[in-house]
Amino acid sequence: MPDAADNRWKGAPPSGWSVLKRNRTAMTALVFLIIVAAAAVIIPFFLPDWMKQVSADSFLKPLERSADGARVHLLGSDVNGNDLFYRLLTGAQVSLGVGLIGALVSLVIGGIYGMISGYAGGRVDGAMMRFVDMLNAIPSLLIVMIFVSTFDTYFKDALDAVRLWGQVRGWRGIEGIASTLLPYSRIAILVLSLGLVQWLTMARIVRGQVLVIKEMAFVTASRAMGQCGWTILWKHLWPNLSTIVLTCLTLTIPAVIRDESFLSFLGLGIEDPAASWGSLLRDGAQVINPIDSKWWLLLFPATLMSLSLLALNFLGDGLRDAFDPKSDP
Amino acid sequence: MFAIISALMAGFILRRLLSSILVLLCAASITFLLSVSQKGGPFEKEKLSEKAKLEKLRQHELDGPKWWQLARYQARLLRGDLNVSLRYKDRTVAEILAQKLPNSILLGVTAFLIASVGGVATGFIAAMRKNTLVDVTAMFFALAAISVPTFITGPVLVAVLGLWLKLLPIGGFGTWQHLVMPSVCLALPFMAYVARLMRNSLLEVMTQHHMRTAKAKGLDDMTTLMRHGMKMAILPVVTYLGPMAAYVLTGSFVVETVFNISGIGGVFVNAIQNADCFLLTGAVLVYAALIVFFNFIVDVLYTFLDKRIQLHA
Repeated sequence: MPDAADNRWKGAPPSGWSVLKRNRTAMTALVFLIIVAAAAVIIPFFLPDWMKQVSADSFLKPLERSADGARVHLLGSDVNGNDLFYRLLTGAQVSLGVGLIGALVSLVIGGIYGMISGYAGGRVDGAMMRFVDMLNAIPSLLIVMIFVSTFDTYFKDALDAVRLWGQVRGWRGIEGIASTLLPYSRIAILVLSLGLVQWLTMARIVRGQVLVIKEMAFVTASRAMGQCGWTILWKHLWPNLSTIVLTCLTLTIPAVIRDESFLSFLGLGIEDPAASWGSLLRDGAQVINPIDSKWWLLLFPATLMSLSLLALNFLGDGLRDAFDPKSDP
Repeated sequence: MFAIISALMAGFILRRLLSSILVLLCAASITFLLSVSQKGGPFEKEKLSEKAKLEKLRQHELDGPKWWQLARYQARLLRGDLNVSLRYKDRTVAEILAQKLPNSILLGVTAFLIASVGGVATGFIAAMRKNTLVDVTAMFFALAAISVPTFITGPVLVAVLGLWLKLLPIGGFGTWQHLVMPSVCLALPFMAYVARLMRNSLLEVMTQHHMRTAKAKGLDDMTTLMRHGMKMAILPVVTYLGPMAAYVLTGSFVVETVFNISGIGGVFVNAIQNADCFLLTGAVLVYAALIVFFNFIVDVLYTFLDKRIQLHA
């Protein structure tokens, strides 16, 4: 019966990407994030040098002229006369970078852990998931704080040793890399430890998905062809996990950014002169007082950070609606 | 009935108590080891001579290899002695903690209550008015409250409500007016999360067959939900309350800093910065004990809500 076959609907169900494209909130969030990230990377190159250093213009209001009339700070300046606009952009570099790297670390650990746990199944799976539950009950930030304060000095000394070693050998490259990393050593170890505590959700989601996929026919087929477990995991399971992992990654980034800013706010994170949104907010919160309010130091960092975190969460929610409609909030 | 429950409970509590002590000892040991491994040791900043430093270390039982320091500290802990603070001279850790703890507990409990009650109520209303303006607005603000961290909402609340509108006092701690801003600020993200959790689980429960049966026997909507729906729908929320208690504790760090409340959070941060290992371990012990206790409460609550769940220690 050729007619009946012709009448059949030939279209495919909408793919996740087209669902996402129709989600206006998520697309707005994506565009906003791209703009912020691009601005943070590109604009600092074009700013004049006087903006990038300490000056005599302490606590200038936005668009107010400095005492000698030569400089105007777009968003005002802080106690040391640093330009707030420039600091916001470099803070965005640090915060977004920290979020991305921390989330990637959590992806590697959580992905591998979840895949092994789900694929192995049975008692191994049970034990591995109990371990995740146990870690989940601990407030991880306490551990990160203690961990960072303990290993920070060791890491700094190690970096310094690498720098000196490069100097002695005359290897300019290594010396240069080590000395640029030195002010960021604390943030580097912070990122690592945040990634080390943020992988639990990722592991659980990946494991749940692997449990479903590994029972499908194509996995049985590839096993019948004699492929070993690792090949199946990497070649067949991992590509099928990509969208769910992407969703989870998008939601991990704001969590890492928030944790880093939290520690910087308490003074346990990034150190001056480097800045992140958290340390800028701390500076802003310290100078609120009833008599003479320095509102710009609080308003601009707070707005930019809230909007970015909100955008990341909306994008993550949109991705989840598109690719994983049945999951919990 | 009560006798059976209490007999079961007694065994459960006993086993739970033993495992809790083990957990606490582990947490204390790890913290202590990490803290004493800091480079330079606790007296680095005091500019002492080498000999005076050694003398001080011996006085506080911090000399010798790490395992020997740990062993002596553990023995002390098992005797119920938290040792003295290295930084605040002549004051024991127990004294400092006892002085700061009430403020933190008051703040935490208020925030916890606001978050759980407010969250359940908001989620309930949003689920009732599904896909209306009320629901969409509530869920938008819930996501916003989850995204924006407390160290933004805190200073903004102070600036707007305290300095601009002059509705609430900004400094100090004592009367209930002082408690409003910090506890609301601390509770907001958790309230939002509970509201989302509650809404989704209630919507799912409403599609189930026993709800239809309850309606078919003539109960009105409200009674059906209250008597048959809420009991099931609240389970995910109850599960979340345990971890939430832990997050409220860490969240209170920032809130205490922003609102100048002297509590355990400040003690913890100072102890880390000063490498004050005994005080730090003491603070961690307090946190760990609270978390263990909250998880225990959640497990017990669970059995009352769902009789099929049995207690395991």
